[in-house]
Amino acid sequence: MQNFFVDSEFLSQQALERKHKLESDASFRTNHMQYMPGMEIINSDVYESVMSHVNSYDYAKYSAKDVNSALEHEICSIEDFKALLSPAARNFLEQMAIRARLETSKHFGNTVYLFTPLYIANYCENYCVYCGFNCYNHIRRMKLSLEQIDHEMQIIANSGMEEILILTGESRSQSSVEYIGESCKLARKYFRMVGLEIYPVNTDEYAYLHECGADYVTVFQETYDAEKYETLHLFGHKRVYPYRFDSQERALRGGMRGVAFSALLGLSDFRKDALATALHAYYLQRKYPQAEISLSCPRLRPIINNDKINPMDVHEKELCQILCAYRIFLPFAGITVSSRESASFRDGIVKIAATKVSAGVSTGIGDHESKYTGKESQSQEGDEQFEISDSRSFDTMYHDMSSEGLQPVLNDYLYV
Amino acid sequence: MNDDKLVIGGHEFSSRFILGSGKYSMKLIEAAVKYAGAEIITLAVRRANTKEGENILDFIPKGVTLLPNTSGARNCEEAVRIARLARELGCGDFVKIEIMRDSKYLLPDNQETVKATEILAREGFVVMPYMYPDLNTARDLVNAGAACVMPLASPIGSNKGLATREFIQILIDEIDLPIIVDAGIGRPSQACEAMEMGTAAIMANTALATAGDIPMMAGAFKSAIEAGRKAYLAGLGRVLTRGAAASDPLTGFLRD
Repeated sequence: MQNFFVDSEFLSQQALERKHKLESDASFRTNHMQYMPGMEIINSDVYESVMSHVNSYDYAKYSAKDVNSALEHEICSIEDFKALLSPAARNFLEQMAIRARLETSKHFGNTVYLFTPLYIANYCENYCVYCGFNCYNHIRRMKLSLEQIDHEMQIIANSGMEEILILTGESRSQSSVEYIGESCKLARKYFRMVGLEIYPVNTDEYAYLHECGADYVTVFQETYDAEKYETLHLFGHKRVYPYRFDSQERALRGGMRGVAFSALLGLSDFRKDALATALHAYYLQRKYPQAEISLSCPRLRPIINNDKINPMDVHEKELCQILCAYRIFLPFAGITVSSRESASFRDGIVKIAATKVSAGVSTGIGDHESKYTGKESQSQEGDEQFEISDSRSFDTMYHDMSSEGLQPVLNDYLYV
Repeated sequence: MNDDKLVIGGHEFSSRFILGSGKYSMKLIEAAVKYAGAEIITLAVRRANTKEGENILDFIPKGVTLLPNTSGARNCEEAVRIARLARELGCGDFVKIEIMRDSKYLLPDNQETVKATEILAREGFVVMPYMYPDLNTARDLVNAGAACVMPLASPIGSNKGLATREFIQILIDEIDLPIIVDAGIGRPSQACEAMEMGTAAIMANTALATAGDIPMMAGAFKSAIEAGRKAYLAGLGRVLTRGAAASDPLTGFLRD
């Protein structure tokens, strides 16, 4: 178990006491399975479908024989997928990669999509112990004005990028739905495709954001293990596990075209979390067959004030195994690999299973001008959410992907 | 054979190979035109909606007919909007309707397709609807003003060939419009078989895109399609599908 807790000298005595109590006394924390006022309850059946598999998943029982037979099957069943995620599949990495590459090529050819994230605010009302934005972490906070957002978007668009993912810290009071909506409208001016990775909202709010121009919603469940979730998300609305779980379904009901799923690998049992992530996508797509689904696979990264955070037992081989298993089980799903991973890993995995990579990434606020042009920023900048590993610019990434024999695609989407 | 033209909405084509849009690359377009003889190239409007230097529109050789498709549409309304956008972009009057309410298999929605065909045909488009091979839908498409009917052979991108063979044959036999087999053709031999059946043209993409040697595979498709077409025009010889042929006529006992 790694130590996520870091005390800041800038916190008042009272704040520190409260922080310590949240960390050490479970009874001081709210019920993470109970909705807070204003949170929409949709009574979905997806959670049960997913977790019945996850809870009974005993990956130690799968043998090489099971993995072999999973690889022989034309259609990968849930049972096959479980075998591919098991430790027994570790020795089949090359065979899995070959099969995954075949599926990727059938569904996506040799294309790789490029996008970039834009953090517009890093205020957060939650205490999630592993996250650089958490409300007890002493970082430079910032929220971009609409003029600043416009400026940042211009700089990004000028680099050639056509798809943007707008992110905020999870603070409804600092980054209201209307503020995010206005940002989407601005983004539509510069980009062909606008995605959102913000705090979970209700169906009518997703519908509003869709009208403002967003069509894709990403929500990371972080871990699907509710008990573990409770020990990591100690305070704030993010603590409410089921409201977060149903985010993608509310987004689809709100008219969004696509949704993305993810667990933050390294927080809990990664095999179970990977199983849950894919099944979450699988069952939602069965329920909403028109939905475009995609998966991400971030691993834990160091943050400001805690450089010890690491992805624990999820090494590159494990990550590769998970991604190949995702591809074989959900051949039609998009798979995004973030700049948390090294350039060499990303170059390798896009030839096997991934279909989308970010480039020109900053997880800080308002720093695109200084990062893209090297110019001294005229205004204040906000600190990063985590350290990235692959810092390639858009141009470099475009060039590198092309020289790997892949066809970079900047946009394959119409807002209709 | 030289007079044997494919006629779609009053436009004549010599080639019976149409390049699909699934996995597009400049290399593929070049091979399709040069080696497969394609005169019609499908273009996903959503893919052309880019500022990229490599805009697909710039790479379409002169004399080739662009066939914009409505990929990404989930219903009739969206398909109509995309078709109109294609026309505004200068893609001409041809449109291939693709409406999918399913992101997994990408199967077409026949009902919505009929609705969109009716609206777009009325607006003067040459409508080429992608559909699941169903005779009733095909008849509805004819009545709605379609210029051809494009049944799928098997799930798109699957390279599985003529999984819907019997139903496509029914469309060929009953529908007075060109039947163009779209989706699922994975090998030249499958394309040849479809052409022998009386299919008017073949649309393919993945089979070429995922081939080891794209230009060579494009040439193979050209030959196969031409062979199948010739066989169809020649009238297939005696094929013994059931039982054996009697050497003496069964009706030899009849006296007058």
